[in-house]
Amino acid sequence: MRPITTVLFFIITLAVSTGPVNAQCKVFAERICKVELGSYVHDGNYHAAILSEGQEAELYKTFHGGQDYRLAICGDDNLPDIEFRVMDTDRNLLYTNRDDDYNITWDISVESTEQLLISVKVPAGEGNSQGGPESGCVAIMFGFREEE
Amino acid sequence: MRKLAAVLLIFAFIPFYSCRDSKEDEQEETGEEFIYEPYEEIEYVKRIFYALPSPVETAFLLKSSGAVYDEELLSKTENSGNYLTTKSKALNLGIYITDLSYVSFFDQTQESIRYMATVRELAESMGVMDAFDNRTVERLEANLNNRDVVMDIISESYMRSSAFLSENRRDAIAAMVFTGGWVEGLYLALNLADTGKNGGNGLVEHIAGQKLSLDLLMRILEENSHNSDVAELLEEMEKIYEVYGQMDAASTDLRLETGEDDKAVIVSDREVSMTQSQLRELKRRINGVRSSFVSY
Repeated sequence: MRPITTVLFFIITLAVSTGPVNAQCKVFAERICKVELGSYVHDGNYHAAILSEGQEAELYKTFHGGQDYRLAICGDDNLPDIEFRVMDTDRNLLYTNRDDDYNITWDISVESTEQLLISVKVPAGEGNSQGGPESGCVAIMFGFREEE
Repeated sequence: MRKLAAVLLIFAFIPFYSCRDSKEDEQEETGEEFIYEPYEEIEYVKRIFYALPSPVETAFLLKSSGAVYDEELLSKTENSGNYLTTKSKALNLGIYITDLSYVSFFDQTQESIRYMATVRELAESMGVMDAFDNRTVERLEANLNNRDVVMDIISESYMRSSAFLSENRRDAIAAMVFTGGWVEGLYLALNLADTGKNGGNGLVEHIAGQKLSLDLLMRILEENSHNSDVAELLEEMEKIYEVYGQMDAASTDLRLETGEDDKAVIVSDREVSMTQSQLRELKRRINGVRSSFVSY
């Protein structure tokens, strides 16, 4: 009975140990990234994950006509500047923050309701002290307000 | 017992063993000290997210489309204790959160307290702790006359509950909560659009625009259709998808233009139109789907 108890304990410890890492992203999104939305109302959606240098994520969202939106895309301090691109669903580029000094927010107004694709990339950086890629939370948040 | 322990031990070490194996081989081949291969070559799985309009955004869109307040349309809070299955709890949690956002946007303070209490009770019964806790309810009660703060409290609580479900790998339940919330938003819009007391065209445009959000919702449901409850829901939602499929929605290229105050504006020549008969059919079907969600 003893070995199996030990093995089960080991497996459960492994499984549980990934929990707090993910939970950090919730705190990161709520306390750090949400502030970037400023006076816009946060929509309440949660899109955050641990990403590593070189890794990409994509998000599809419907933007409603006649509204103003702010996108905030934030990465942990240990990650290089996050690059994001806004495209239509045929992947035609509309905006990239590379042309905007890697700004973490972008304000847009949408004339008619459209679905857009936001592609986020953590560029390859210097890596961590063990020579591997750095990893950290990346959050994608949206705020809205009625068109001014 | 020992065999079982041995099998578990092997499985526990598989990931570590695999990593070591590939690096050792590399060192043997080069005969040099291990040099870290550029991690740009690591092939990561791309994370894909689908952002549906949240209950807070839905209520905001309803109001800005010219909707009025109609208490009769809301889901009855006294029914909350009758939802006993995971599926009915999740769907109705989404419905109640949308109703909570709707009453709050229309400054119905007493209703806000009542719906917040119901949402809290249902969330707790699903094990979604902390999202709608005592502190949240107290904060809401203390700020009932400040709509901005109330909306912030609701959006924060919704984010916490979504984060809880996502981080605990309960994606199928999250998909059901999203579905309940989305259906309630469309149900409100369709039933307010023909009361004659609202902004009319604004709401119809809003309803037509939901086609794009439904595309995303269907993808979320498909990704979670290994869950039998979600698979059933997917079939239900096909009925709605079918009506939207008949809609005329010519897509055109999008352009980025600069508006007043140097604001970026996304412009297109898209024209979305719904006929009266499509609207009627959509309303009939959404009322049927919503009725099946709230019944117990």
